[in-house]
Amino acid sequence: MIAVSAEGIIKKYAGVEALKGISFSVEKGEIFGIIGPDGAGKTTLFRILTTLILANEGTATVDELDVVRNYKEIRKRVGYMPGRFSLYQDMTVEENLSFFATVFNTSIKENYHLIKDIYQQIEPFKNRRAGALSGGMKQKLALSCALIHKPVVLFLDEPTTGVDPVSRKEFWEMLKKLKQEGITILVSTPYMDEAVLCDRIALIQEGRFMQIDTPQDIINKFEDTLWTVQSNKMSKLLIDLRNHEKIKTCFAFGDVHHITLESNSLNKKELEHYLIEKGHSEIEIKSIRATIEDCYMQLAEKGTK
Amino acid sequence: MNKTVIETDKLTKKFGSFTAVNRISFNVEQGEIFGFLGANGAGKTTAMRMLCGLSKPTSGKGLVGGFDIHKQSEMVKKSIGYMSQKFSLYEDLKVWENIRLFAGIYGMKDKEIADKTAVLLAKLGFESERNTLVKSLPLGWKQKLSFSVAIFHEPKIVFLDEPTGGVDPATRRQFWELIYEAADRGITIFVTTHYMDEAEYCNRVSIMVDGAIEALDTTKNLKKQFNAESMEDVFHQLARKATRKAD
Repeated sequence: MIAVSAEGIIKKYAGVEALKGISFSVEKGEIFGIIGPDGAGKTTLFRILTTLILANEGTATVDELDVVRNYKEIRKRVGYMPGRFSLYQDMTVEENLSFFATVFNTSIKENYHLIKDIYQQIEPFKNRRAGALSGGMKQKLALSCALIHKPVVLFLDEPTTGVDPVSRKEFWEMLKKLKQEGITILVSTPYMDEAVLCDRIALIQEGRFMQIDTPQDIINKFEDTLWTVQSNKMSKLLIDLRNHEKIKTCFAFGDVHHITLESNSLNKKELEHYLIEKGHSEIEIKSIRATIEDCYMQLAEKGTK
Repeated sequence: MNKTVIETDKLTKKFGSFTAVNRISFNVEQGEIFGFLGANGAGKTTAMRMLCGLSKPTSGKGLVGGFDIHKQSEMVKKSIGYMSQKFSLYEDLKVWENIRLFAGIYGMKDKEIADKTAVLLAKLGFESERNTLVKSLPLGWKQKLSFSVAIFHEPKIVFLDEPTGGVDPATRRQFWELIYEAADRGITIFVTTHYMDEAEYCNRVSIMVDGAIEALDTTKNLKKQFNAESMEDVFHQLARKATRKAD
């Protein structure tokens, strides 16, 4: 069963194309990630799929309903957590939740099991105004409100932006549980490390999907040889590696640099000699598998060429 | 030869009965890239606001750029630069107008501003965008520009609050190359981030848990101390100890 589909979606703002022909489909029960930086078009796509704005061209369906013709029905069946906190700041936690339940003609009690794990963490503060909550609690309340009517498809627009690594991990644990309830989840994020937590992902850049696949298959399709390089002089190393004619790209990745090269164009001994001549010591060179971030950068560079 | 540019001694901030920042003591040297890490709600922002002269400490001492954050907060503000992900530039002003505005606020002379603007735009390759409204720049450009604006008046220290959130991977790395360049010129960098790979680009990092600094060292030593493979692992070990459930 297809939960979400899009075909040739184009959206223009003042003549500029924010989405340049997006086509994809999401299976029921999938966690589908849309991965890319701010300004790539993630929010625009979500707003079209949740029937809040119209595309200039193309068609899309949610739960097999057309986003233009059946927008009223779709709105009953989707949950949407926008990137910017959009609950009522002057209402309490509980008031917000019961408001959303009422709007969707249900009650907190009816679907409490769905939000229980999440809502219990903020229930001690249920009489606090939403505006006075911390960032992490706001996020949990927003997710509870998006879930209270048991949506078929859940749209989460950058739910973890600005959230620390530990809280991000917890948030993804919650998503896995929702998946088990059979809810289809579309989630966008600028954090590349979250890609591996999705069933399938689309890498988006400047209004275009560069690739759609499982994270594993995207990694398997990485074309070049990828090595990590370390030495005693890391910032000089970056320059020396970039000046080597056989090295295609060189970027810092935490405590190592990643370099890409055409396969078999260079061996590690040769590179080590080159670096020794340049005055480096404690040199370590290792072959590694690409991360999603490596894949994104490679695809992005191809896309701009 | 190294000069201390930030010095705190048992710096504390309480809001009523809640201790947001609990007796933190640390030094930062000139030209150092200092990473200030911690979970949401650990007290980073409160500590940073005190160091920027925006909030008075409840107790303890702090010197920033040689000025007392309690008694000389106006002098502190003049000697620092600040940039955050959320607010950095005025969207409805042009590129050159933003530079002019911030440089003017810091008391630079018109002639100096004009000369330096030309140099800066050339360096960033932004000459053609001189008259562009900031809101129509791509995010990556905005972040590079706002960093350059934050250090335009040559502050001793620049505070960067999650400068790379939401930025694409290649631009994120270019941004760090700008940071290195500024540090080489002697500007001290005080930076918060949620990207653990970026912690590795800092000379030293501190990790706050429940208002206190629980660890402070080079990333190499921290990984050794916590017997961890990565900074991510170090962070998880420490943040898990947090009892505050604020965020």
